[in-house]
Amino acid sequence: MTASAPSASRLMQLDDYVAILGVQEIDDLRVLARRLGGRTVQMVNSTAVGGGVAEILNRLVPLMQELGVTPRWDVITGGNDFFEITKAFHNALHGGPFESRPQDFETFLAYTAQNRQRLSFDAEFTVIHDPQPIALIDARPAGKNHWIWRCHIDLSHPNQRVWDFMRPYACRYDGALFSSPEFSRRLPIPQYLFFPCIDPLSDKNRDLAPDVVQQVAERFGIDTDRPVLTQVSRFDRLKDPVGVIRAYQVVKRYADCQLVLAGGSATDDPEGAQVLAEVREAAASDPDVHVLDLPPWSAIEINALQRLSTIVIQKSLREGFGLTVAEALWKKKPVVASAVGGIPAQVIHKHTGLLAHSVEGTAYQIRFLLSHPSLAQKLGEQGHEHVREHFLITSNVRRYLALFLHHDSHGRS
Amino acid sequence: MNRAIRPFEFFTAEYLTIIDKQQAQNLGELRDGLEHCSDASIFYHTFHSLGRYHFLTEGFSNDLAQWVLASLNRPRLAEQLGALDVRGYVDLKRLRQDLIRTVDEFLRVYPKTAAAEAFEPFYFCSSAEVLVPLGWQAWTLAEFRHYVERMGHGAFHFHFLVSRLRLHLQSNDFSVWFKDALGLERLALLTERIDITTDTIDGAKACLLRLIDRELAA
Repeated sequence: MTASAPSASRLMQLDDYVAILGVQEIDDLRVLARRLGGRTVQMVNSTAVGGGVAEILNRLVPLMQELGVTPRWDVITGGNDFFEITKAFHNALHGGPFESRPQDFETFLAYTAQNRQRLSFDAEFTVIHDPQPIALIDARPAGKNHWIWRCHIDLSHPNQRVWDFMRPYACRYDGALFSSPEFSRRLPIPQYLFFPCIDPLSDKNRDLAPDVVQQVAERFGIDTDRPVLTQVSRFDRLKDPVGVIRAYQVVKRYADCQLVLAGGSATDDPEGAQVLAEVREAAASDPDVHVLDLPPWSAIEINALQRLSTIVIQKSLREGFGLTVAEALWKKKPVVASAVGGIPAQVIHKHTGLLAHSVEGTAYQIRFLLSHPSLAQKLGEQGHEHVREHFLITSNVRRYLALFLHHDSHGRS
Repeated sequence: MNRAIRPFEFFTAEYLTIIDKQQAQNLGELRDGLEHCSDASIFYHTFHSLGRYHFLTEGFSNDLAQWVLASLNRPRLAEQLGALDVRGYVDLKRLRQDLIRTVDEFLRVYPKTAAAEAFEPFYFCSSAEVLVPLGWQAWTLAEFRHYVERMGHGAFHFHFLVSRLRLHLQSNDFSVWFKDALGLERLALLTERIDITTDTIDGAKACLLRLIDRELAA
């Protein structure tokens, strides 16, 4: 399929971002894009809806179009067998266990061949997102074109068998994009740092009227007159929600605060349900701990919960990029987070938040911020600027434009 | 109003971050990395980091100092690395030498710290510059002011800070044009004094606009 614009609310246009970024920064985007003047760009991924990549492309493609670049977004197709295999590959590349069967690789390549036949690859710049369509590099036509592999996942500890299969394909691209240096692998092609991004105008991040925030607080029984500590993340052991409760319990000895643990629905995830049960048990009967199992359409609620928080926590044991941190920083919230995955790129210790490495450290940093509100405010404000410069959808557009210009002027590798 | 003998041509610069192959797990490895990394990497972790984090006006100078502080917990060395003002350098070779010398001197006093493992590794990266002309030409100071007001962070950082590596002068594109093309030596000098290391790009730009306004009113 060729996806078009998102069907949801009004499409945001560049001028909508002027109030946030200033006219100069938007003009710079136009200047960069003018140099590309109508060049064709093809984005390829494995899903049109759901997931962070589709969410980004839904915003990125129309903005590029408005800038005068000619983007196209194609989505690969496959049967259940293909997506079961790609899911297994995905988990294996994240370091999970994987027992390979020869037919897995054959099935993967058979569906790649089908997609190669079905889609056309005549763009001047082709960006292939994630491992699922990686072997489409076989479809690269002769002539002047540029193929980039955008890897959104953490490849720091991949299953060797799966990576050995993927790597030769990755090496044939002109460049690879990773969300963090930590996630990259040694490859003989240039590797660029490309942060993922948030949209400041989406329901999850746009400004909310104070009464909307208050209504959400009342709905969940949160007292906004007392400090609120919040962690937003799915109920997963790697997000260490029980560790967050332990840190809160330490803080509670010194400050009359509340804890909100807001996560995604765990109904279709047996382990998630188990973790949720453990969290509820750890919270015991403390009325100041609010464990909120929210449905996927809770963007406004999440937004409000982050906005009503005094401090936002992200105490992950392992993390992808952890964009919930950027969401909190965008709302000028002081953040206490673990130094894992993409978090240190967002939380510059003592400048845009505080990093911690343990339950005790997390508790200490929270106590410190509660007793130094002016510093907490300053961290939040600087965090907001950091996100404005580096983690917004417009920064993503800018980086892509620069990448295309760079590759254009340096020729095909 | 004085017309310049040559126009000021405005550019904007965007930087791609390239992930290099080197990384450091401790101070000893950082020192070796500094010796062997590319000039583009020295640029990225110093000149470029000042632009990337221009909104941090207190206690942040470069990536190296920040890593030494946050991941190695060595505030004294962090302070010394942070005190190296990139505005004092017109080439990256000397900056690299001074970074290495600073680390070496610290290791001479505290040799055991060389192998102490950091919380987080330091990843060497480098910059690839994408330079784009804005298509604006200023022949007079008033025209120049008009465009400065419209310029984004990338353009200001390029003309004010990165320029010294291109010019090999302790100066910047603005001051050079004021002095050489308009004969405004005092404005050139005052512009050079704008301290971008302790101000944001927006703050530095506002300061430049004030200086120009004063000159135009004189």
